[in-house]
Amino acid sequence: MPVTVEVPKEKYGGKVREVVIGATKDQGGTRSKAITIGGEAALPFMHFEGAIPHPPAIAIEVQDRKPSDWSPVVLDAWKEVADDPVKWAKAAEAAGADLILLKLNTTLADGSPNTPANAKKVVRDVLNATGLPLMVFGPGQAELDNELLVPVAEEAKGEKIVLGVAEDKNYRTIVAAAMANDHVVNSRTPMDVNLAKQLVILIHDMGLPLERVLMDPTTGALGYGIEYGYSVMERLRLAALQGDGMTQQPMVVTPGEEAWRVKESKVGTDVPAMWGDWKERAIHWETLTAASLVETGADILVLRHPEAVKRVKEMIAQLMSQTR
Amino acid sequence: MALTGLQIYKLLPQTNCKECGFPTCLAFAMKLAAKQAELKACPYVSEASKSQLEAASQPPIRLITLSTDGRKAVAGNEIVLFRHEKTFFNPAPIFVRVKDTDADLAAKAKEMNAFAVDYVGIKLQLSGVAIENASGDANKFAAAVDAVRGASDFPLILIAKDPAAFEAAMAKAKGAVPLFYAADASNVAALAAVAKKFNAPLAVKGDGLDATAALAEQAKAAGIEDIVIDPGARDFLGTLTLATQIRRLAVKKNFRALGYPVITFPGEGVSSADEELVLAAQHIGKYAGFVVLDHFTPASAYALLVLRQNIYTDPQKPIQVQPGLYEINAPKPESPVLVTTNFSITYFSISNEVEGAGLPAWLMVADAEGMSVLTAWAAGKFDADRIAKAVKTTNVESKISRKRLVLPGHVAVLMGEVEEALPGWQIDVGPREAVDVPAYMKLKP
Ligand code: SF4
Repeated sequence: MPVTVEVPKEKYGGKVREVVIGATKDQGGTRSKAITIGGEAALPFMHFEGAIPHPPAIAIEVQDRKPSDWSPVVLDAWKEVADDPVKWAKAAEAAGADLILLKLNTTLADGSPNTPANAKKVVRDVLNATGLPLMVFGPGQAELDNELLVPVAEEAKGEKIVLGVAEDKNYRTIVAAAMANDHVVNSRTPMDVNLAKQLVILIHDMGLPLERVLMDPTTGALGYGIEYGYSVMERLRLAALQGDGMTQQPMVVTPGEEAWRVKESKVGTDVPAMWGDWKERAIHWETLTAASLVETGADILVLRHPEAVKRVKEMIAQLMSQTR
Repeated sequence: MALTGLQIYKLLPQTNCKECGFPTCLAFAMKLAAKQAELKACPYVSEASKSQLEAASQPPIRLITLSTDGRKAVAGNEIVLFRHEKTFFNPAPIFVRVKDTDADLAAKAKEMNAFAVDYVGIKLQLSGVAIENASGDANKFAAAVDAVRGASDFPLILIAKDPAAFEAAMAKAKGAVPLFYAADASNVAALAAVAKKFNAPLAVKGDGLDATAALAEQAKAAGIEDIVIDPGARDFLGTLTLATQIRRLAVKKNFRALGYPVITFPGEGVSSADEELVLAAQHIGKYAGFVVLDHFTPASAYALLVLRQNIYTDPQKPIQVQPGLYEINAPKPESPVLVTTNFSITYFSISNEVEGAGLPAWLMVADAEGMSVLTAWAAGKFDADRIAKAVKTTNVESKISRKRLVLPGHVAVLMGEVEEALPGWQIDVGPREAVDVPAYMKLKP
């Protein structure tokens, strides 16, 4: 008895906005190519009912100096390039990054506070070292962020970098710097649909076009609350497709940072034997945190370990290939 | 899918004869929808309506139970597409496949059976073993089942083509109810007969939705109620697309022919064990009923089991611990008071760290409605008021000689308010992450 199954197709009234990061020579910058993300007209990889025009992009995180609190498992993967942001950015490009995320530390290597001069120099050096589009995140302390990111925005004028992270407490300065220098802003809120939407509205109200706003809903790591981030992202993406204009920003997530600060990846001794091999576990932790977020609509995933990058890229390539 | 009161009303006689004990057919229909009445109270409902109402009262995805010596692996009964809509109910059982040509089957089964990790007080384990008749020899298959049964109480999936192989295996199953995998167009009648004989659930494997639905209908017509489906795809995109379509058809359209748990074999769609784990992770979130892995290592199983636990956590009931004062490593009056929220992951992260480091402390857990520090703070559920209230209700002041409170680093902004709310206390800001707490405590004892 033959059966013909009628496949239900969802029809959506909305879609995710497209955001372009990076500017080539023609566009007033020096990037070898710009990257476009977003634009989805269906749930992740549901190609049969709506266009998924761009694959999720991978950003690799490099820091302006060797991080003092990273797991040796990640630092071993980068070895001596972690001492030099220029070499590190080049290595990240070679490892398959679509974008470079440069994170500025609170302090310089000698322990003194980070300075605008240092931030500008590192940003310029990294821009010179790689043709990839750039994201720059401040140390995450409102005052210092403002102090460093404003000169960074000026230094990178025309390159259309992503400035972050704009949070409830400091978005004004960062958004103003992005507006004045033609950059994109990453709007970060703590795991809540309404807060995510609200900050996008506030940023938009300042006059920054929505084509230059990314939404960073924060996610938590595997085992440490990822289910919250997972569901917040699913709800945001459903709202976007259903036409809620202020949830239609592409989503940035930082599974590298999330996964590498938990015990499972950070610590190799005095843990239960059943946790298995440290290095293997640590890379799985980052990879599975990222893989879950790929399924819930992440548009940029910021990763740390090159092996996790390889695995997540392979996953994305397969989910984007419609040849079967 | 459950029918609404109005939908039920349309299937009733609509004569308002009151014999059911309700004033109108509509009132009775409403009670039926709320599951506060039983259909048999109406003597006049037609046979056609009866069967329609019964079908509608079935869960959209049939519950399938495999069991061995009382240990169960259960899949199905899901009613939503997204966990935020309600919750995902039955965590997809994770099996590991062995072959009857493998050496040391008993040792393998023992090792996997012994694997267990504690995650926030929950014991996580593998769900069972799938045994494949790779040799094609029924006796070898039976010997493999015998070896695994002798070494573990794992629920089983039996993978074979030949009905005789299943017969031979069941002679050694010692009362286990395994899943028979899988009938295709060439052998569905024969496998349905042998599954029926042993009262075992039967998997059907088709190429795509049409063929799979047709096979499921054939198995059902042959008297098999407990069915598991394999729609054939193996790759990332194919499994995601088909599993999503099946879940939608079952949950939103109440499409019976595909209203069964899906079984997946992530190892068949990839080229390495590492990639298998990524695909398995996709299957956990996106609609697998049973997942059969080809590789097992403690590190990979731990990560996957934690992911499954996270995805299947009820969003309406975050796992919480009781607010209160917890003593770690026999604290003294001068030991520090650490404050955190009653989200269980937060609580266990901190208490494990401090306990593991052998440092005495008072861990004061404030009632933050089961949210993590950052989420609770953002939602206004973890602020100076709540912390001051915790100090009061736990009566911590009567137990200590030094009023020093350590705030989580994520809520450093609360410092001023907490100082105001707790006069006489020294308020310090600790690290953001639990893993850094012991180092902080050693630095500032
Ligand atoms: S017994 Fe049946 S027909 Fe009579 S009122 Fe009740 S539901 Fe209606």
